[in-house]
Amino acid sequence: MSYRRVAVVGAGMTKFVRRAQETGKELSWQASRMALQSCDLTLDDIEAVCMGTAPDAFDAVHMKGEYLSDGAGGWNKPYMRAYVGGGTGVFAPIQGWYHVASGLFDTCLVVCEEKMSSYYPHAQAAFLTIFDHTTERPLLPNLLWIFALEMNRYMQTYGITREDIAQVAVQHKRNAADHPCALLGDVDITVEDVLQSEVLAWPVHRLDVSPVSDGAVAVVLAAENVARRVTDRPVWIQGVGWNLDTAYWANRDLAYPRYVENAARMAYEMAGIREPRREIHIAEPYDPFDYKALHHLEGLMLADRGEAARLYSDGIAARDGAMPVCPSGGLLGVGNPIAAAGLMKIAELFWQMRGEAGARQVPGHPKRGIAQAWGDLMQVGTVVIMGTNP
Amino acid sequence: MRDRVAIVGVGWAGFRPVTPEASYKELMYRAAVQAYDDAGVNPRSDVDGFITVSEDFHEGTSIVDEYVPDQLGAMLKPVHTITGDGLHALAAAVMLIRTGRQDVVVVEGHSKASNILNLPHITGHAQDPVLNRPLRLNTLFVAGMEMNRYMFETDVTAEQVAAVVVKNRGNALANPLASYGARLSVEDVLAGEALAWPLGAREVASHADGAVVMVLASEDRARALTRRPVWVLGVGWCNGSAALESRDWAEVPYVTKAARMAYRQAGIRDPFGAIDFAEVDDTCAFKELQHLEALGVCRPGEAGPMVEDGATAPDGALPVNVSGGSLGMGDLLEANGLARALEAVLQLREEAGPRQLDDADMALVQSWRGLPTASAAVAVLGR
Repeated sequence: MSYRRVAVVGAGMTKFVRRAQETGKELSWQASRMALQSCDLTLDDIEAVCMGTAPDAFDAVHMKGEYLSDGAGGWNKPYMRAYVGGGTGVFAPIQGWYHVASGLFDTCLVVCEEKMSSYYPHAQAAFLTIFDHTTERPLLPNLLWIFALEMNRYMQTYGITREDIAQVAVQHKRNAADHPCALLGDVDITVEDVLQSEVLAWPVHRLDVSPVSDGAVAVVLAAENVARRVTDRPVWIQGVGWNLDTAYWANRDLAYPRYVENAARMAYEMAGIREPRREIHIAEPYDPFDYKALHHLEGLMLADRGEAARLYSDGIAARDGAMPVCPSGGLLGVGNPIAAAGLMKIAELFWQMRGEAGARQVPGHPKRGIAQAWGDLMQVGTVVIMGTNP
Repeated sequence: MRDRVAIVGVGWAGFRPVTPEASYKELMYRAAVQAYDDAGVNPRSDVDGFITVSEDFHEGTSIVDEYVPDQLGAMLKPVHTITGDGLHALAAAVMLIRTGRQDVVVVEGHSKASNILNLPHITGHAQDPVLNRPLRLNTLFVAGMEMNRYMFETDVTAEQVAAVVVKNRGNALANPLASYGARLSVEDVLAGEALAWPLGAREVASHADGAVVMVLASEDRARALTRRPVWVLGVGWCNGSAALESRDWAEVPYVTKAARMAYRQAGIRDPFGAIDFAEVDDTCAFKELQHLEALGVCRPGEAGPMVEDGATAPDGALPVNVSGGSLGMGDLLEANGLARALEAVLQLREEAGPRQLDDADMALVQSWRGLPTASAAVAVLGR
């Protein structure tokens, strides 16, 4: 058996905002409609729908996938919702890929939605319920805690400073100033601003962290025969990979995300990539915290271990550098409605490859990009490689 | 389908109303070990992907996919979780194998319903938070309204619905995995109190704990692994109207659409003629009848007389839920579809013991996501 080639042919996204007035269904509908309109298709042309959305606890809606289904276009159609925590936003298009690549469907609409503001006063409290009910929840942990552990371990292992890491937040938030949907774009932000923001859980400071947000993103996937009819500039899914490590995260060396490396190797092998640092033109690693972008660039083998910060200090990661990183502005700048933020990276690669990224456009006609997300208990990596060639 | 996929190993654990001696992880582990042994595979070296099904609120843990890899032997492997029925995972495994990128895929579903102290309250949180939840109604009201409309439209009688309970709980007596076997009469069933009229207390499946694991493989791998593969001839799934306000209360068109998808892949034009036995969702007794009609094995209104005449009994023309169904085995939440598929596999492999059917060559399996959803999945299995 061999798989059918699959392309992204349309994309749409809502603004990422602190508190959306719309329900999750409405956000899903808005993004889906924009994605369909962008490629002149209607819901009648769509054969299956894949939904991505993270914990039901945000909305206090049980079976949230079923609740969101009609808003996302999953009415009278095959509809599935998969999740791998924060990795969901890049997993949903992988699920859409296997729907089409398997030969069962010619088109698939992939929708990711997150509405974190329903959780009052702050969505961070919902994350208590992701921890082990016996061994961890009694300690009342939250995500900032475990990221602080991981960031500290990463800094200690390789001798990385907070200044090295802060330049990630600065560059991403400056990039986001050019994104019309961004929540925290700031062209004037400096490393000093990041270093002097208040401590949340040392060494994590407020401006090291992406904002809690609401929003939705949708993309349209099509098999080769349909894609070439719909558009003369399809952007092909060249490789996919995903990998989940043990739930016992305390046993893991937090300095290096081996699960991201495994997912990347799976995707590189499928895409026929042997030298990722030469063959990847744009990287959209997952950046809910600034050190995570560095961590993930190393897991993706786009930098040596402990060396990713150099991509920023040497200008390689800049929008006009040799390998732009998060030209979208990333989660740090555009916002982090969890599942939607991952799919935003897929949409960004789609727009960049087609030369439609406007003020964010990377120069030199980029031909291939990689998007990656991460989640669960510092545990899962999801990777998609997209390019202008099938 | 051209590129065939087979079930090459099955394992199970639990299937009792309470399992205080085992956590959900231990149930999963036992089922997985049995399935890997049955298939002759090592999960660390031979399995390419793992798919589990669960809902956060049933588990009491958010993004519960975190806690699945260890007990399945799936650490540092491609794993994902679907918030669907086990048959959705089965369909996803078929798709993954058909891409050619994965040859052996494991699917898992489980229920630890006995851990859930407030299931009706949790199910209530599946109602639309703006339009329906403020009415503060137990979600069973949806089943009562659907049953009433279905009986009105089709002239199916209360006695015919009760006959489903009599049949399935009677069938369960021959199934060691079924906890709710009983010899009942139609009068016994109808004597139960009404939960949401006309839906009676004895017409709703009680819950059970259990886990099911299946190993699926591409045709080449399947032939190398086993002499008795069970082929997945077709899969289909579909969502209807999530909103109660725009739903057809007598019919379940999403089941019909899912079935047509599966029949098309399996090359089935006349399901009644092609199918030897069926395992369908009966978490509410009238649903078995409604589902059989939607699956096209009979015309609307015919399912009631069929059960009354014994056509769906184990010795009838189309045995339905020989396992005892959910009424006999218990409602296993997301694992319901895999429990139905497990019975189909055992029958097709002639391993069903005292309830073994003669000439069981092709099985129809169907699941429903339960109240208040309009989501169903279908599989056609054959040997």
